[in-house]
Amino acid sequence: MHSAQIILLLVVVVLVVGGVAFVGARSRRRGARPEPPAPLSSPRTSAPPAQPAEKVTARPTQGGLISGPEPAPEELDLHAEEKLAPEAPATIQEGLRQSRRPFAAALQGLFKRNTVEESFWGEVEDSLILSDVGLDQATRIVEAAKERVRRERITDPAAALGAIRAAMLEALSLADRSLSLEGERPVVWLFVGVNGVGKTTTIGKVAHQMSEEGRSVMLAAADTFRAAAADQLGLWAERAGADVVRGAPGGDPAAVLFDAISSARAKGTDVVLGDTAGRLQNKTNLIEELKKIYRTVEKAQGTLGEVLLVLDATVGQNGLAQAKVFSEAVGVTGVVLTKLDGSAKGGIAFAIEETFKIPVKLVGVGERIGDLIPFDPKAYVESLTALD
Amino acid sequence: MFDNLSARLEGVVTKLKRKGRLSAADIEAALREIRAALLEADVNLTVVRQFTDNIREAAIGATVSRALTPAQQIIKLVDEELRSTLGGDSFRLTFASTPPTVIMLVGLQGSGKTTAAGKLALWLRRQGRHPMLVGADLARPAAVEQLRILAETAQVDFFSEATDPVSVAREGIARARSLGRDVVIIDTAGRLAVDAELMDEMRRIEGVAKPNYTFLVIDAMIGQDALATAGAFSEAVGLSGTILTKLDGDARGGAALSVVAVTGKKIAFSSIGEKLEDFDTFHPDRMANRILGMGDVLSLIEKAERQMDKQVAEKGAQKLAQGKFDLEDFLEQMQQVKRMGPLKGIMSMLPGVPRELRDVDIDEREVARTEAIISSMTREERRNPAIIDASRRQRIAAGSGSTSMAVSNLLKQFKEMQKMMRQMGVGPASATKRPASSRAAKKKGKRR
Ligand SMILES: Nc1nc2c(ncn2[C@@H]2O[C@H](COP(=O)(O)OP(=O)(O)OP(=O)(O)O)[C@@H](O)[C@H]2O)c(=O)[nH]1
Ligand SMILES: [Mg+2]
Repeated sequence: MHSAQIILLLVVVVLVVGGVAFVGARSRRRGARPEPPAPLSSPRTSAPPAQPAEKVTARPTQGGLISGPEPAPEELDLHAEEKLAPEAPATIQEGLRQSRRPFAAALQGLFKRNTVEESFWGEVEDSLILSDVGLDQATRIVEAAKERVRRERITDPAAALGAIRAAMLEALSLADRSLSLEGERPVVWLFVGVNGVGKTTTIGKVAHQMSEEGRSVMLAAADTFRAAAADQLGLWAERAGADVVRGAPGGDPAAVLFDAISSARAKGTDVVLGDTAGRLQNKTNLIEELKKIYRTVEKAQGTLGEVLLVLDATVGQNGLAQAKVFSEAVGVTGVVLTKLDGSAKGGIAFAIEETFKIPVKLVGVGERIGDLIPFDPKAYVESLTALD
Repeated sequence: MFDNLSARLEGVVTKLKRKGRLSAADIEAALREIRAALLEADVNLTVVRQFTDNIREAAIGATVSRALTPAQQIIKLVDEELRSTLGGDSFRLTFASTPPTVIMLVGLQGSGKTTAAGKLALWLRRQGRHPMLVGADLARPAAVEQLRILAETAQVDFFSEATDPVSVAREGIARARSLGRDVVIIDTAGRLAVDAELMDEMRRIEGVAKPNYTFLVIDAMIGQDALATAGAFSEAVGLSGTILTKLDGDARGGAALSVVAVTGKKIAFSSIGEKLEDFDTFHPDRMANRILGMGDVLSLIEKAERQMDKQVAEKGAQKLAQGKFDLEDFLEQMQQVKRMGPLKGIMSMLPGVPRELRDVDIDEREVARTEAIISSMTREERRNPAIIDASRRQRIAAGSGSTSMAVSNLLKQFKEMQKMMRQMGVGPASATKRPASSRAAKKKGKRR
């Protein structure tokens, strides 16, 4: 039996009996007058209903403004050095610098000392960790690099850096990063992932590239849940010169995809790109819903080309759980790593490729329609380990 | 998921004999595990270093307690350190003496600002405020439309116009003032900390809006970059605190620690679901447990596995998953759980139990009372509690030697539990319509 199931059963019992006891205790305290039981699941809703406009009583401060319990130190015009919260100690400042360029300090030190010292490997491990590679994967990469340095009797810094890059590339060694458009039309690509990672934007970018290549594209707005999701996709369709099929907000997402595929077939459209609502991988009902959407491709007689898991480069170790659940549910064929134009490094990609054998195929590098490029492991590793 | 710190530490330190003091080697071994656990929870490495340094210092000085095993003792130190970093009390929002109180939300793309804006508006409205939502994210396609729909759902005013973010903020506040709205919530476009131009735009919005509160909206799934991002936003504008989103996911949320460390400001609110009401002030104490790996779940599971009848438990889990869990199943499961000992103890180890419940002193006789009530129901009543009307209630009360009130209490709590399970996403897919957009559906639904 799964531990989560056990926990759930315990929670069920505790909630009910505890709830009864809770209400009981409260009414006893209030002089034995029974009162309607308090809904446990939504203590928030017991807040008073909206009242007509009224004067608020609050502590007055200068300028008619009031700040939080801890008033912020004069905000705007401080110099960069002083702008950090006063509590932030020097090491955090250093950490900040290091976080932005994880490898720079370690590598610069290496080249300055001109020898490979044992302490250097700890710095490399730290750099990998700061890139969200994860402790285990970082250890694996460092061990592999160290081993190579030992085996090849490497002493000069440039070769040591080469060994590190080689070890990183070994974790990204999946051969096939191609995107499939083969088979009978329409070929369907599905985009899945947690909330806000960039699914809809990526679809806009992909649609644009495909239209540029002379393919006809239909977008399926199978995110019927999030407010204005279909409007957002519609705007991308316009920009990309693609068609779009929308459903009613709150409607059945699988039905929207079905309609899109059917209409694409009728029109002879080459590709259908299916947008789906963001969903956290621990919501079993939503993962079930996604499976249903996935099965629709076959039902509507579309050719399943790709199921792309969109991952945000800022994601930490939870990225692994995302890759696991989504790939088990809908057979993910590739990863799109978005927002690599930011300060985050997307290092979870290493563990995802090595553990789940799912290749990163595309990379998002901005919000404009052209900001999507194929994933190139070598370029990625080089930019992670850039010296400056 | 349950690979928690206590489990890790038990592995390293249980073998220790009590020696009066933790040896330096023991402490280092424990610190390695703590480092690993915190990194796994996505706490930034720099913050982890600081954290373990503090623990080392505290542990070296500490004499071994008689009541605690060395592992427990170290966990206690970690727990205390976590709590003191995250801050003990919840954040409190106070309001401007001259309304409107202006709140600005900032953050990375996709962190959940727009949704958080809508939720905060509803949260404030339920406290008797009259917020206005101002859509100053003119960059992402349909972001304004999204906020407009959220405003409608939350039944609050909304303002935006197709000019530029700075004038939208200015006009929005002016509009709120003229309408007598007491809170303005400004949703801004997502931006990267490395995008100098957009960071500057944010500063200009702050310049005209002069927000009383500026909240950084951060995704609970964020990794090491939390430090750099929070640091950059905190350098650029005067942050008052953080809103941590997507906490209903299973990320450990160690970023909370990084953000607090670098901004020096509290986590103010947490966003815990896709529905507008899934939002509340942040509870630092729960976060500490979460980062550490959910209390004592591991030992609890072991205990349950030892003492519960596997078949019965499995059946119950299945029924839950199918959304068919009725009072009959409940009775069965309760009898199982009873074997594990006092409910109070179980509760203290369970993740996700509401605070209100944790503090309740459960009288163990409550279990027997509940059992008696359900036993006095007919089979049909247990399977379909909806049919229990006043007269049936009285009969059940008489049969079980309780009161009609107690019977309805139980039924009510059972219903609440079912609701919570649905909120947690337990149950069949069809039974879980996500309602937020159904309003919009009625309003502007195009038929397929
Ligand atoms: N800087 C940058 N921003 C991006 C990138 N990809 C997407 N975004 C932004 O991230 C935000 C969220 O993108 P969406 O495409 O709405 O994400 P989504 O996964 O469809 O979101 P939901 O449908 O709400 O789950 C938007 O503001 C996008 O502009 C990228 O590669 N770089
Ligand atoms: Mg989307």
